[in-house]
Amino acid sequence: MTDRYTGTAKTLHWLMAILLFGLLALGFYMHDLPLSPEKLKLYSWHKWAGVTAFLLVLVRLAWRVTHLPPALPASMPRIMQLAAHAGHFALYALMIAIPLSGWLMSSAKGFQTVWFGVLPIPDLLDKNKELGDLLAIVHKGLNLLFVAVLAGHIGAALKHHFIDRDDILTRMLPKH
Amino acid sequence: MKRFILTLALAAGLPLAANTAQAAAFNQVQTDKSAITFTYQQMGVKMDGKFRKFAAKLSFDPAKPTEASTTIDVDLTSVDTGAPEGDQEVAGKPWFNTKAFPTAQFVSTGVKAVGGNRYDVTGKLTIKGKTQDIVVPATFTPQGNSGVFDGSFTIRRGDFAIGEGAWAKFDIVANDIQIKFRITAASGK
Repeated sequence: MTDRYTGTAKTLHWLMAILLFGLLALGFYMHDLPLSPEKLKLYSWHKWAGVTAFLLVLVRLAWRVTHLPPALPASMPRIMQLAAHAGHFALYALMIAIPLSGWLMSSAKGFQTVWFGVLPIPDLLDKNKELGDLLAIVHKGLNLLFVAVLAGHIGAALKHHFIDRDDILTRMLPKH
Repeated sequence: MKRFILTLALAAGLPLAANTAQAAAFNQVQTDKSAITFTYQQMGVKMDGKFRKFAAKLSFDPAKPTEASTTIDVDLTSVDTGAPEGDQEVAGKPWFNTKAFPTAQFVSTGVKAVGGNRYDVTGKLTIKGKTQDIVVPATFTPQGNSGVFDGSFTIRRGDFAIGEGAWAKFDIVANDIQIKFRITAASGK
């Protein structure tokens, strides 16, 4: 089995890291702004970036199933390996569920998503205020969960690097 | 005496004549079967909304379309943009300023038959204290005892100062607003 990530896997990882941090920051910032042209603009950008992230995660998943990542160090206890796999599974699941919940919320609230203002994404739901409000709570809840899992992901990478002193963190860096 | 008889005959005949004229004209607007909606683009996204309350007066005789007339008053406070936040925003000063200008009004000045069941209605549209001459294409479809007027036209919100200040640019909310209407009227008894 290989002991390194492919360049593509690393590129996708860091591209999505930047995109998702931007999306999270924008989402938490914009949602309680008073209505203004600025707010409408930020919402559009958030949705365009969200659709982009959703497509990227599909590409990433396709790459992941065709290119196995390097194994975890044999020194890792079985339970920690299980936790690592569960954490990565949760990250992928949330990276799919979050844009989906945003897409459905937009449809239910009656604001269609038009990618970069050009490509209309079909509405999967009819306009429905109650459902829209519910999906807003779901979207927010999933994101709070995502932040928690991300904190675990980053915390674990730092623990591997500074405490376990293995190559878990460095093998995701460009020149490894 | 002759004159007296003539007056009598006229007095007796007039109500009859008036009745016949009314019977042919569609002039009883049925608000519950009528609607005024609008669509516009917001950063490339097609949005729609409607006005829940409006009053329409109308008189239309298919045999004499040029004599038709209509006055439509739209209660701007009844706007439904699809989101409460939006309804509140457009009622405010930069948009409709409903405190100072609660109503938008269309008054027809002429009707021209343009073939088939199509008509061009010219008139004056007043929103937010600004009046523009517009031409509204409409179709008329008889439905039993009533008739349905359908049509749509496009206004530029900039012409009426709808969306001032931060909203004045058209990069977020487009200038063109398409207004669609369906007015159902029964023929008078």
